[in-house]
Amino acid sequence: MSTAVAHDTGAPDAPSGRDVLLEARGVVMRFGGLTAVDDVDLTVREGEIVGLIGPNGAGKTTFFNCLTGLYKPTEGEVRLSGTVLPPKPGRVVRAGMSRTFQNIRLFANMTALENVMVGRYCRTKAGAFDSILRTPRFRREEAQTRERAQELLDYVGLGRSTELLARNMPYGDQRRLEIARALATDPKVLLLDEPTAGMNPQETADAERLIFKIRDSGLAVVVIEHDMRFIFNLCDRVLCLVRGKTLIEGTPGEVQSDPRVIEAYIGTGDGTEPDDPDDIDAKIEAQVEAREAREGGRG
Amino acid sequence: MNDIPQQLVNGLTNGSLYALIAVGYTVVYGIVQLINFAHGEVFMIGAFGALSTWFLLFRDNTSVWVLPVMIAGAIAASVATAVIMERIAYRPLRHAPRLAPLITAIGISVFLQEFVRLFYGTIPGFPSAKSKIPFPAIDGVTGSPFHLGSVVIQRPALFTMGALLVCGLFLGWFINKTKQGRAMQAVSQDPDTARLMGIDVDRIIVIAFALGAALAAIAGVAQGLQNNNIDFKMGFMAGLKAFTAAVLGGIGNIQGAVVGGLTLGVAEALATVFVTGAWKDVFAFGLLILVLVFRPQGLLGARVVDRA
Repeated sequence: MSTAVAHDTGAPDAPSGRDVLLEARGVVMRFGGLTAVDDVDLTVREGEIVGLIGPNGAGKTTFFNCLTGLYKPTEGEVRLSGTVLPPKPGRVVRAGMSRTFQNIRLFANMTALENVMVGRYCRTKAGAFDSILRTPRFRREEAQTRERAQELLDYVGLGRSTELLARNMPYGDQRRLEIARALATDPKVLLLDEPTAGMNPQETADAERLIFKIRDSGLAVVVIEHDMRFIFNLCDRVLCLVRGKTLIEGTPGEVQSDPRVIEAYIGTGDGTEPDDPDDIDAKIEAQVEAREAREGGRG
Repeated sequence: MNDIPQQLVNGLTNGSLYALIAVGYTVVYGIVQLINFAHGEVFMIGAFGALSTWFLLFRDNTSVWVLPVMIAGAIAASVATAVIMERIAYRPLRHAPRLAPLITAIGISVFLQEFVRLFYGTIPGFPSAKSKIPFPAIDGVTGSPFHLGSVVIQRPALFTMGALLVCGLFLGWFINKTKQGRAMQAVSQDPDTARLMGIDVDRIIVIAFALGAALAAIAGVAQGLQNNNIDFKMGFMAGLKAFTAAVLGGIGNIQGAVVGGLTLGVAEALATVFVTGAWKDVFAFGLLILVLVFRPQGLLGARVVDRA
């Protein structure tokens, strides 16, 4: 029973004219006494790349888990193309939203091709009896699944790694394989949880190109990242979460120039690199604590 | 000690039977980390399913073409039992503490034994199951044994070993080459991610129970042919031995279940040669304890269902 919360659904700063694909309203996720996500709204339109930033523990991944049905939000609702999504991962995937993971979660003992094929199966219909009896439907679907999986591996640049076991692949390739597996479900919205974590600059640049390519193919993308240069290059809009709450939402320019963000990210003048993620985390944390102290303690 | 080759054949025969049942323990464990202690009863019900099919359709006919139909009846009875068991007894306990499904399994086991014992004979035309019931001697798979030098190979023994071979090949194909098989591998490696990829985990669990039950049913028929009779208690010791075989090979590992079953069968047979037949169970469970102490992951290593 997810509680629908009445909200003004007007999104003043979103690019108009495009259809809204993903719309989350008033999402709250509480674990016992801890509120990990606190009243977060998100609107994603067709062909948009939206960034989700914030320090560790800000609730970004928890928010993703709420969107994809892994968690049942305490309050709020998530709509995809206007339809309310139930908190059931299988239904969310079939409705057209899939994701990758911060800590790579491939099926480690299966090949790259098999991993992508597993992602594809939510779009096939053959049942266990079709498989056992090797009906024409089973054989046709299996061939199509394999073909589509190979296409996707080519698309993300892993066309030559088809038969490698996922656990034996280089780290950057594993991240791309996760994207291929997510794409295999035919999503309208793709959620990427730290797609460049642990990558070198070359791999990061490749990942950026890949995400643009995915966007250009008509998908909307939501990206969680700590790499600010990457986020501000990539995104049409950026949402900054701090302690489960939206600190600010806007264009990269607006977010970069927002006084609170400037204060947190670059306004210290102590000569540290502005896009050092750990540093940013610490500063956001400090910033929020200072603000909370001014406003009379935490809730 | 000239009967070592003969005992090896006997050991491989019993071992094949253990292996067929052990696969059911291991497949289910690989998917839901549950030891289904009622699996021995699924095997017993397979034997009764075959016998019932024979009574209903073929009474007094022992032609070999009857056998596939009996096997189908056995599989239907076992799969139905296992699927209903999963649905009403295990699924509601999916997130309960691990002790709960274990106790439930023992309860189901006793329930099924008593159910067969008390109700089978009340069905019109069926004999009472309170004592052993003769199992039909099907032409071709029972009768005069083959001789290989001094070694005697009983026809049901060949049936049992052949069944293991066919089932093993089928299972390997199913797990590695079909949609449901790949989905099973995915669920056993990471259930949450599998769900997020749109896999219906509940359905995969049902398929795992059904696969294990089908193999146990075939083992039930093999047991009936070997012993010429079946009874409501036959699942208890066979189930315990098969569970031992699954642990021996590495629980969750399908190849391990086969290797564990054959190893256990041969170890028992050798115990018969070197000690005495009466001690073979002591030998079998002694082997289990040794493996658990020195190689707790089993001979081939405990792992999730993959690459059968």
